[in-house]
Amino acid sequence: MSIEGWDITALGTGRALPVVTAPEPVLSRVGEPVDPTDPQIVALAADLVATMAVSPGCVGLAAPQVGVSVQLFAVDVTGHPKAATLHGAFVLANAVIVEASRWRPGREGCMSVPDLTGDVKRAGRIVVTGELPGSGRKVTITTDAFEARALQHEIDHCNGLLFLDKVSGAHAIYQRKVYL
Amino acid sequence: MTDVHGAELAVTVIGPDRTGIVADVAEALARLGANLTDSTMTRLRGHFAMTLICTAQASATEVEAALLPLSADGQLLVTVRDVGPDEPPHNGGLPYLLSVHGADRLGIVAAVTRVVADAGGNVTDLSTRLVGPLYLLVAEVDLPEGVPGELTKRLAHVADELGVEVNLRPAGADVL
Ligand SMILES: [Zn+2]
Repeated sequence: MSIEGWDITALGTGRALPVVTAPEPVLSRVGEPVDPTDPQIVALAADLVATMAVSPGCVGLAAPQVGVSVQLFAVDVTGHPKAATLHGAFVLANAVIVEASRWRPGREGCMSVPDLTGDVKRAGRIVVTGELPGSGRKVTITTDAFEARALQHEIDHCNGLLFLDKVSGAHAIYQRKVYL
Repeated sequence: MTDVHGAELAVTVIGPDRTGIVADVAEALARLGANLTDSTMTRLRGHFAMTLICTAQASATEVEAALLPLSADGQLLVTVRDVGPDEPPHNGGLPYLLSVHGADRLGIVAAVTRVVADAGGNVTDLSTRLVGPLYLLVAEVDLPEGVPGELTKRLAHVADELGVEVNLRPAGADVL
């Protein structure tokens, strides 16, 4: 499945940026809405894609994770064993979840919280609206399984939330020893 | 906060549950400048149990003295001791979740954890609950690569002998 009107190459080539880690305050600030046609935002979108590409095992990256408090994130769960519906690699601005159902638990980690993982309930099926960087075109994405989890995790980042804010219990946080 | 600020102390507190135990202990430690690092606190039947590590300039004896008023009524049992700043051993294992449940009988934990240990598995977290006739064990276990298949068979064998159900599954997290 592909997103109508989306061409990742139109973003141009980005630079890989350093990823910030908690307790960096930017990770806990609500990101500002953006103009998806702003060349600076298009460049940031390209940077997110480039940063994701150099981070092993990374399936999503939000602007606050590179220190920019705005509503923009990149996702690519292609090839992940838990993925079902796939939209490939894409970047979304000002994304909002408009429908969420089939809640189920799962264990998550985050590049910005490198030493911990935690159990978090996420919707297994969601409908998300947002805007494509570059064209500014409004899109509605319906997805499920792992792509749905990844989108919820990244949209949380854009709203200043980490998985730590949603962990399902006092004993649902784990020390992470294994890196990809 | 990992720290150069003073020695690491291990503190345990256990006693009948009441409101304010955590606040009382945490306040006493804070007054001493002891920084509470990793801790786990939970209710075990009617008792509240705290196990924690703190870093402090104060000695174990001083921290114990500061916590003494809490145990003055004979209700709370408090211990403090120095522990080395050693990192836990890394066996490079992969995380698994083990659950066991069935009718309560003597030796379930012993038998199950022995099988895990013999396979080179390292228990990193474990809880048990007895509710009515039902006994439950849930453990986080790090297992060396290649072990889970064989361990699953051995656990099934032990579970059979004990008359309990056992389930071992990967607990790996997805990095997002
Ligand atoms: Zn993240």
